[in-house]
Amino acid sequence: MDAFVVISLIKAAVIAFVLLTAVAYLQWVERKVIAHIQLRMGPYRVGPHGLLQPLADVIKLITKEDMMPSYVNKPIYLLAPFIAVSMSLLSIAVIPFGPTISVAGYQTGMQLADLNIGVLYILAVSSMGVYGVALAGWASNNKYALLGGLRSSAQMISYEIPMALAIASPLLISNTLSLKELVATQSGSVLDWNVLHRPFPQIIAFLIFLIAGFAETNRVPFDLPEAENELVAGFHTEYSSMKFASFFMAEYLNMVTVSSLATLLFLGGWEAPWPAAKGSNLIPSVIFLVAGLTALYHAAHPARRMDKYTLAAFGMVFLALAGVFVLPIVQSWLLPLFWFCAKAGAILFAFMWVRGTLPRFRYDQLMSFAWKFLFPVAMLNLLVTSFLVAWF
Amino acid sequence: MDLILFLIFAIIAVVSAVNVVVQTHPISSAVSLIGVMGSLAVLYLLLGAEFIAAAQVIVYAGAVMVLFIFVILLLNAGAETKRGRSFMVQLLGVPLLIALLGLLAFFVSRLFPRGVSVRFGGFTGGTAQAVGKALFTTYLLPFEVTSLLILIAILGAIVLARKELD
Repeated sequence: MDAFVVISLIKAAVIAFVLLTAVAYLQWVERKVIAHIQLRMGPYRVGPHGLLQPLADVIKLITKEDMMPSYVNKPIYLLAPFIAVSMSLLSIAVIPFGPTISVAGYQTGMQLADLNIGVLYILAVSSMGVYGVALAGWASNNKYALLGGLRSSAQMISYEIPMALAIASPLLISNTLSLKELVATQSGSVLDWNVLHRPFPQIIAFLIFLIAGFAETNRVPFDLPEAENELVAGFHTEYSSMKFASFFMAEYLNMVTVSSLATLLFLGGWEAPWPAAKGSNLIPSVIFLVAGLTALYHAAHPARRMDKYTLAAFGMVFLALAGVFVLPIVQSWLLPLFWFCAKAGAILFAFMWVRGTLPRFRYDQLMSFAWKFLFPVAMLNLLVTSFLVAWF
Repeated sequence: MDLILFLIFAIIAVVSAVNVVVQTHPISSAVSLIGVMGSLAVLYLLLGAEFIAAAQVIVYAGAVMVLFIFVILLLNAGAETKRGRSFMVQLLGVPLLIALLGLLAFFVSRLFPRGVSVRFGGFTGGTAQAVGKALFTTYLLPFEVTSLLILIAILGAIVLARKELD
């Protein structure tokens, strides 16, 4: 086997492992964030600060009894969660997390595949993801599930259009469909990111993309497909055990994809907000230093008995990370990774923030918002952008 | 490698296409049709037409088939019952099928010259740039006429779907 195949297999294994772990912990972060918004503690019992809760959840979901109702359409009932989770995993394959780096003398990009139609690939795969939800709703042979599936497919068809139009305008400015080149055109400072780029800042497109992304991933305030007060649990009412977990994983993986795509299209990918010559490569160290010192201060003045040990340990970890970021040998790949994760993480935090603070839309509001507001605004934005790009 | 992939996806395409007709339930037929569209996209990709492949998945396997499935879900269509085949179907079905396949083979062998076989990745105009350039230079008139046609279709749909004003 040649080196390309081996490297690709290693990269695929690393990305899959990191991603699935991250998805499990995203759930923990989300529960913590929402708990703090609602003045609760969140998960606290399993491990320090509930840090082992995701592990416990995974074990619980795997070992639970797998119920299959007798009235389902068996082949499609089994196919649906598989489609949902595999389509959301597939779209990660083209996301670049960093620039080209050399590992032991071998040049490789920090992404699985650099397609020259990367953006179209993600659109194609995400449009196939609708089937998971729609078919699950139908195959369950249950009226609540069917309503959930119907709502979800209508919602996803509607919001795909403003989303695609919002994606088109930064592509006009960057003049490429490859996600890697897209980032290369935004290098420099924060003013070169597509969200603020000449000739027409894409702030409107960015907001439309985020709103449509919330709808595409069935998140609050667009979580009509699983509105629990009217539809029990929507399309996954009849699913249990790992099949239910697949839908759950698909939702979180889609969140990761949408955040990564927003980062790459609008926020300059792994580029730092200002050039490294002016000290942007010290920012991660400073952030971790402040976080570590804060944790150590609170460990010295513990509010709860356990804090004396747990916060001290977290503080030491943060200080160690701050030290790692100034090492010159790791900076070439760790800094881009940091900026990518920071930007994508900020958008993921917005997902949770919105879930903790906004109520759900009514169904007719959802539809009229997509067709009567988002669609015309996205169209107008695309028109203005194309005129200005052609002009300058 | 290309040949193996071609064989796999060509077989999937043909089996799914047969399955579309054989299945009794509309949803199963629609899912098989998605399989046909998806494997056709892979075949385009093997030929080197990556933009067409992506458009095939986005438009046909994605948008069009989602609408199909949506309508089937909305109408909650049930499985069709199998009725006994009529005498004419039993008698003429197989001969007509063979005649159709024979005609197709005849026209294909006539229309395409011998000796020139399809090469994997041999199609060079498949990038997004090449397709865009062709659409806006060589095929500008057909492209604009098609857009006009789609606009007329949209207007027609709006007129048909409009509520009657008393």
